[in-house]
Amino acid sequence: MSNEATLHSQQEVMHGAGAHDHHDHGHHHESFISKYVFSMDHKMIAKQFLITGIIWAIIGAFFSVLFRLQLGYPDATFPWLESILGHWAKGGRISPEAYYALVTMHGTILVFFVLTAGLSGTFSNLLIPLQVGARDMASPFMNCLSYWFFFLASLVMMASLFVQTGPASGGWTMYPPLSALGDASIGSKIGVDLWLTSMALFVVSQLLGGLNYISTILNMRAKGMSMTKMPLTIWSFFFTAVLGVLSFPVLLSGFILLLMDRHAGTSFYLSDIFIAGKALANEGGSAILYQHLFWFLGHPEVYIIILPAMGMVSEVLAVSSRKPIFGYLAMVGSLFAICILAFLVWAHHMFVTGLNPFLGAFFVLLTLLIAVPSAIKVFNWLTTIWKGNINFTPASLFSIGFVSTFISGGLTGIWLGNSSIDIHLHDTYFVIAHFHIVMGVSAFFGMFAGIYHWFPKMYGRFMNNTLGYIHFWVTLVGAYCIFWPMHYEGMAGMPRRYFDYSTWTSFNQFSGLNQFISFVVILVFAVQLLFVFNFFYSIFKGRKMTTQNPFKATTLEWTTPIHGIHGNWPGEIPEVHRWAYDYSKDGRDFIPQTEPLGPNESGH
Amino acid sequence: MSGFLAVLVVVLIFIVIFQIAKASEYVSILKGEKKARQQSNRINGFLLIAFLVLGLIGVYYCNDLLKGKILGESASDQGEGVDKLIYVTLLITGVVFVITQILLFVFAFKYQEKEGREAFYFPHSNKLEVIWTVIPAIALTILVAFGLKHWFQLTSDAPANAAIVEITGKQFNWLIRYPGKDGQLGRRSVHLIDPAASNELGVDWNDPLSKDDFQATEVHLVVGKPVKFVIGSRDVIHDVGLPQFRLKMDAVPGIPTTLWFTPKFTTKQMKEKTSNPDFTYEISCDQMCGSGHYSMRGVIVVETQAEYDAWVAKQPTQYSLAHPADAPAAAPKADSAQKTVAANIK
Repeated sequence: MSNEATLHSQQEVMHGAGAHDHHDHGHHHESFISKYVFSMDHKMIAKQFLITGIIWAIIGAFFSVLFRLQLGYPDATFPWLESILGHWAKGGRISPEAYYALVTMHGTILVFFVLTAGLSGTFSNLLIPLQVGARDMASPFMNCLSYWFFFLASLVMMASLFVQTGPASGGWTMYPPLSALGDASIGSKIGVDLWLTSMALFVVSQLLGGLNYISTILNMRAKGMSMTKMPLTIWSFFFTAVLGVLSFPVLLSGFILLLMDRHAGTSFYLSDIFIAGKALANEGGSAILYQHLFWFLGHPEVYIIILPAMGMVSEVLAVSSRKPIFGYLAMVGSLFAICILAFLVWAHHMFVTGLNPFLGAFFVLLTLLIAVPSAIKVFNWLTTIWKGNINFTPASLFSIGFVSTFISGGLTGIWLGNSSIDIHLHDTYFVIAHFHIVMGVSAFFGMFAGIYHWFPKMYGRFMNNTLGYIHFWVTLVGAYCIFWPMHYEGMAGMPRRYFDYSTWTSFNQFSGLNQFISFVVILVFAVQLLFVFNFFYSIFKGRKMTTQNPFKATTLEWTTPIHGIHGNWPGEIPEVHRWAYDYSKDGRDFIPQTEPLGPNESGH
Repeated sequence: MSGFLAVLVVVLIFIVIFQIAKASEYVSILKGEKKARQQSNRINGFLLIAFLVLGLIGVYYCNDLLKGKILGESASDQGEGVDKLIYVTLLITGVVFVITQILLFVFAFKYQEKEGREAFYFPHSNKLEVIWTVIPAIALTILVAFGLKHWFQLTSDAPANAAIVEITGKQFNWLIRYPGKDGQLGRRSVHLIDPAASNELGVDWNDPLSKDDFQATEVHLVVGKPVKFVIGSRDVIHDVGLPQFRLKMDAVPGIPTTLWFTPKFTTKQMKEKTSNPDFTYEISCDQMCGSGHYSMRGVIVVETQAEYDAWVAKQPTQYSLAHPADAPAAAPKADSAQKTVAANIK
């Protein structure tokens, strides 16, 4: 019974840690290995994803600092670079090979390991069972496997950084023939094999995780939790998982063909090639085929990254403005529309490959169509905070920052989605600016919002707010200082992935600007380290959570005990009676989802 | 030593910030949680509105600083349309950007938590939602219509009088071939490539069309005359990027692509227009192609018909370069090359 459960959990709060210990023993005895290493508890797996993601984020971001040093200060030498990179930075200057390896790894790590595994892996795991009212995932074992496949993928990718010929260095998109031929680039030797192996393991991890998320959401909702009573976070995780499950296998097939071209003498992607002094026997393959297979995942991938952030931002904005999210059904509908359209726009990455212009026209139309659901979401967020009563926690500030960067980066997508503009801006810094703002910075802001907001749920303590505010303001201002001016470099046609611009008369006018950007990058990176410190410090020393529902939120995760237990609710799972957004309704600050509708009360 | 000092300074700054942050937590406990919360809301509310104002000034300042450094007027007829579309898109997205950012930060500032304020329960409004579905849809339809109209012009067939220039990418430079007097390029095969015999492109010398083709280190074009680039690659994917002409096309091994445009200004005119004596039309490789990607630079010279004709007259045919001895002596060699091809095909 729900009332009993509520009563029970209130006792839990009063007894605090004692009650928690009691419950641990009540369930079953857990060893260190089963509790912290091969855990099947979704909350622990979420933490594993998060901490692995944070470690990767530091590495990936540090790589960007290294290559920004080259871009900002191309003539300077940094002797300490030679001590960490060895012959890749002779005399303290990064070599072109090292530069391209850093760029490639920066992209791979941040797109896949941080913003896919670290973001949706963490929060899907943490929030799906807690917010739909389930004791754990549909298959806790598969969930555990999902993390450990990700861990294996991480190990292989990490190993590739240390091989003699260096890691993959053909760009994170790994286009053949460059990535297929060891003779074409030093980074296309064993580095690419390790990259492909790691990514294959990663795809397995994503599929195990994704299927679990979908089945948990569809089958394991608490009594009364109909689909339309779910918080938007859950909807966004649901669509994210659907996107991943449908598109990652296509990527894997593309990788397998690439692996066969590399080692089995096939010609899926190879034709008419003369390299290292001889013509290859491969005939009839199409290098463009790979791009189709890659972007069939690659484009949904950007929504895999941004949808969880959207969901969490919706939740945090509603909670901190004490208002229901505006247009709940429109929000769900636009997530759905984005999810469908995500599969129909991949070739907008390929307008200049010689793609049939008639076919290209459809991709222009469908691409710009995505702006409609995106616009609906933005206007709904704006209306959500309108006439609210907003408390500026670090989480709500990051959510506001998310909306700001999502607008800025989303609008430039309208430029690039139009093939006639793309033909000029394709593969220039304009593209760098666009996707870093809209899926890099925005997704990170959503992730930070989620971490600050649900940190108490994860660790029973709060993160330090002052450090959070410093983190937010420096990151917001810094991100705009880094990426805004890049639009101008792109308008000048300045190509991306260049090691040095000094020999070009068309692009060498930006050396001062490049220096400024690199300087801000270093500053922003330092502040992220401050966040990481705050995170780990607060796990052990943060201010303790004393009430079960510190943010006065309506959703189910705040009805569980402060110190999470395996199974989430000590008693029965509470029954759900209303949607997740009854804030400031009928003169009441908030009404939990577990409270039955009053006799004269209407549902939403 | 200086590196060590720098690290030390950074660590010290970290510690200071951390101590302040920790102290502020104690202060907020002393002051009472409610008071501390009000104060932090006031400060952050102020910062949000300050960010909006300074940010918009920053956007203006950034534009002022950098607008002179982007490309100026398009150097091709086709590029003009690209620029026009950019202006229309900039106008629409710019207006939306300013309005939505102002709304976001003003709302956040105005509706910050205040004692006694109650949030307005406003779960949905069909009318509003229809409005902001329809308006973006209309705006985007306009952009799609403009965009596609120009797209089909850009990708249309080149006019019959267009000059033909073949551009082939290789790691890491561009190979440029002109069809000569007959206006047609000789056959090529990757299996005939022999750099030692001056045949970087693998031209089949048995093809009579190849006899008058010539290769050059720079692309020369006639101002006001349409030109069609036939683009290919002999190793990995490259991309012919023409920033001043606002165009771009991938060079894909095995799949030839084309691109045509009409240059509007000679290189000399551009030097004057940009008042930059070093101005050069450059071909940049825009598709990651290996460690020398950043150095894969080509040069285009746009000149008058008379200058162009004088230049062409000075270019030796590639056939003559590949066959320094007289033509009959070279014939057997071509034969053996063809046998190799046949063997390879089998």
